[in-house]
Amino acid sequence: MTQNLDKLPADSFKRITIDSSAAERISKPSLSFWQDAWLRIRKNKAAIVSIVILILIILMSFIGPMLSPHDAETQTLTHANLPPKVQGFENLGFWDGVGNMAGTDVDLYELKKVDTYYWFGTDGLGRDMFSRVWEGTQISLFIAFVAAIIDMVIGVLYGGISAYYGGRVDDIMQRIVEILYGIPNLVVVILMILVMDPGIMAIIIAITITGWIGMSRVVRGQVLKYKNQEFVLASRTLGASNNRIISKHLLPNILGIIIINTMFTIPGAIFFEAFLSFIGLGLQPPAASLGTLINDGYKLIKFQPHILMFPSIVLSLLMVAFNLLGDGLRDALDPKMKD
Amino acid sequence: MEKILEVKDLQLSFHTFAGEVKAIRGVNFDLQKGETLAIVGESGSGKSVTTKAIMRLLPESSSEFKSGQILFNGKDLTKLSDKEMQKIRGKDISMIFQDPMTSLNPTMTIGRQITEPLLKHQKVGKTEAKKIAIDLLRMVGMPKPELRIKQYPHQFSGGQRQRIVIAIALACNPQILIADEPTTALDVTIQAQILELMKDLQKKIDTSIIFITHDLGVVANVADRVAVMYGGRIVEMGTVDEIFYNPQHPYTWGLLSSMPSLDSADEKLYAIPGTPPDLLDPPKGDAFALRSDFALAIDLEQAPPVFQVSDTHYAATWLLHPDAPQVEPPAAIVERMKKFPGSRYYEGVAR
Amino acid sequence: MAKYIARRVFYMFITLFLIATATFFLMKTLPGSPIASASKLTPDQLAVVEAKYGLNEPLPVQYGKYMLNLAQGDLGNSFQFKGASVTDLIINRLGPSFLLGAQGMILGVLIGIVLGMIAALRQNTIWDYGSTLIAIIGISIPSFVFATTLQYWFGVQLGWFPVALWKDGWMSSVLPSIALAMGPLAIASRFIRTEMIEVLSSDYITLARSKGASGFEVAFKHAFRNALIPLVTVLGPVAAGLLTGSLVIEQIFAIPGIGEQFVKAIMINDYSIIMGTTLFFSVFLIFIILVVDVLYGVIDPRIRLSGGNS
Repeated sequence: MTQNLDKLPADSFKRITIDSSAAERISKPSLSFWQDAWLRIRKNKAAIVSIVILILIILMSFIGPMLSPHDAETQTLTHANLPPKVQGFENLGFWDGVGNMAGTDVDLYELKKVDTYYWFGTDGLGRDMFSRVWEGTQISLFIAFVAAIIDMVIGVLYGGISAYYGGRVDDIMQRIVEILYGIPNLVVVILMILVMDPGIMAIIIAITITGWIGMSRVVRGQVLKYKNQEFVLASRTLGASNNRIISKHLLPNILGIIIINTMFTIPGAIFFEAFLSFIGLGLQPPAASLGTLINDGYKLIKFQPHILMFPSIVLSLLMVAFNLLGDGLRDALDPKMKD
Repeated sequence: MEKILEVKDLQLSFHTFAGEVKAIRGVNFDLQKGETLAIVGESGSGKSVTTKAIMRLLPESSSEFKSGQILFNGKDLTKLSDKEMQKIRGKDISMIFQDPMTSLNPTMTIGRQITEPLLKHQKVGKTEAKKIAIDLLRMVGMPKPELRIKQYPHQFSGGQRQRIVIAIALACNPQILIADEPTTALDVTIQAQILELMKDLQKKIDTSIIFITHDLGVVANVADRVAVMYGGRIVEMGTVDEIFYNPQHPYTWGLLSSMPSLDSADEKLYAIPGTPPDLLDPPKGDAFALRSDFALAIDLEQAPPVFQVSDTHYAATWLLHPDAPQVEPPAAIVERMKKFPGSRYYEGVAR
Repeated sequence: MAKYIARRVFYMFITLFLIATATFFLMKTLPGSPIASASKLTPDQLAVVEAKYGLNEPLPVQYGKYMLNLAQGDLGNSFQFKGASVTDLIINRLGPSFLLGAQGMILGVLIGIVLGMIAALRQNTIWDYGSTLIAIIGISIPSFVFATTLQYWFGVQLGWFPVALWKDGWMSSVLPSIALAMGPLAIASRFIRTEMIEVLSSDYITLARSKGASGFEVAFKHAFRNALIPLVTVLGPVAAGLLTGSLVIEQIFAIPGIGEQFVKAIMINDYSIIMGTTLFFSVFLIFIILVVDVLYGVIDPRIRLSGGNS
């Protein structure tokens, strides 16, 4: 300390009174849990990119089929198996309608005298892949969202009731879960699909019939954790009703985990739908989902790779984006990570 | 007395998402051979960080020595390479941590954990190391050490685990033992046992101890000298008697007043108002001024220099400046001062 | 521990019993006759065939016989393959499936561990981001998309590996094994990364460092073992993923394995193969999960001893 202590002005040593409550004030602006979470999400580039991609894909699944001059169902057999061709790309060497025919590259559009554009090409029946991919996306997303919501509702109710009431109720409910949990998911899904008429409903039921178990276990664990914590006990001591405790104390605390879990069930459901469709247990033609489109494309992998490529890309993007967003949400909503 | 460790104007910052946290802002102290120095302060005052800095255990990616030196037998520890530092850790300086439940590797027998520093730093074979480990366990009061050496941490109680951690720390007869709140996580009765053990062992192996705690009762029990930390600085330092019976800094007054004692049973326990300073943006002058009942105008302008009270007693408060007004410390402190020869309230001696 | 295993085995049998019962009754409610050429048969002939398969008996009797046979490992006879025993059909196809599964699992888990370790030790560097990216791709991209991509580039375009079929010995198993490995790889690498980061920030690692252990010793002697042990717990889900993957990947690469046979059976409504394979899958997965849980108790000293003492 090298200050010159002699030169200090005399009034420096006046006693002052400081309102010590000023020191109590919290220096950072207080943020609600959700504002805080949003700030964290915003810092996570992968999650932001994922949100943008998801919004784009969801938008396209609705307006995509309208953008294309061709609809998804019309079969134009003379236009079958055309490669992708996009306006303005004709001279760039790709997306120019040139495909492989018996070992040589030829402009199939010229050959087949087609003077329109199929952005994603056409399938074996001459249907526009662009419209089909986006309609398939729409159906895949629909199945996934509905399945995820059903999983969430059943899982939260089951897990919540089991944990909140505890005791014998919990015992019985958990024995049931223990047995159900032992049954391989794959087996249940395939059996359910086999006995039901194929279609969207069948797939949703098959996915949800065991899908809720994961959510119920998570919710049960969380409710058990919170229900005996002091703030809940305090509220109970003050005479709060069950409804109030659940809605004001428990639900807000476990909401984050419910959301994270749902974010991960959506890609799971998308995958199962595609998987079932791929092994032939999914939607039946002419209905198309990403899975059935991939199945169709895979049969022509050697000759018409574009039929496989586009739905595969959209499916992969969806899966990656949902998983990254789920990761981002987990990081943002998990209070343990708070710095 | 021989100086074994000297910390000179140490400044250290953490780089976080929110910005630079100035965790240590110019810390000076020294440690004599064979003494016990207690560092006390609230959570976040920088006491743990200081010792972790001495051990160089802070994450290198996020922490940075801004200036200053840590001289251990004349060597500046802040300048050593990782390799050189590894040779000092566990051999010359070792450490005991707060929570014995988590500080032992759950999947390694305690025998291996105790012999590890021996095999590393001393030229001993495995059988020899094992023998030493058994002796160490016996020394820290573990019954049947030959059997227990093959067991895993979860088979021991909290107090026993802390004994094991102590055995590990003492394995190579270190010159300095840093104890970071070693009794905080233990039951009161076990606390006393561990403290006794540490005092005994210190006599046996003649090591210096830096004892971090926020428990002033523990300080009175073990320490020779005390450093009081606040807001990344040492605000007062002296012998145990000087700190307990002739404290000079308002923060020390606050700490001592908030300590419950048997004769204060009928009084209201004092609580220091406010919260510790945000070291992201430390206040300009005296960091404690905002919470102090004895603040001076200059406290808000300029950080106080260190004033010497006696040969061993220093405090950083403007109240010790010759121009500063005389203030009356809280009643409980005055009571204490009455017992200290040399304080202005010492009874029987007119001032 | 013994008590725990006994309890688990008991639950395993209840689960299997329920699955078998459910499978049986679900199959009975299925639309259409299981007998392929039913429409071409006269009623008399149909009755003969039905009698042969015991289809004319009352349902409870059929159920009883079915369960009795099951207990002896007899999964019944295939309707399509001239009465071949389903047990035999499954056993005959075990080889390729097992080879692919084992190769995929080992390859995936080993690479996953390495990637996860790199990511954790080089946190927030390009290495970390790279291995995280691989893991995200492994988790996100469905095995059939990945498999068809591999098949197209390395089979069709580059011609390095056989496009499909099981004719070129081990070479035939390379692409499908890689496709299967992606799932385990992703799960293992993410798991190891998280575990390692958590372990590295624990108190006992700080203690190990305070003993003078080097960075390498801390990572491998202290942290790695603690991060690796819990990896055992994800082997169950990994095995389940491999099974799911094998259904499509054997299909894509035309591998004569159980999965391919199963999908084919679904196409041609061969209920006895479907039932048999379903049960086989269930036993396999439930058994794996049991083994994993017991194994975890054996290799983790904390569980091993607390289970043994109390």
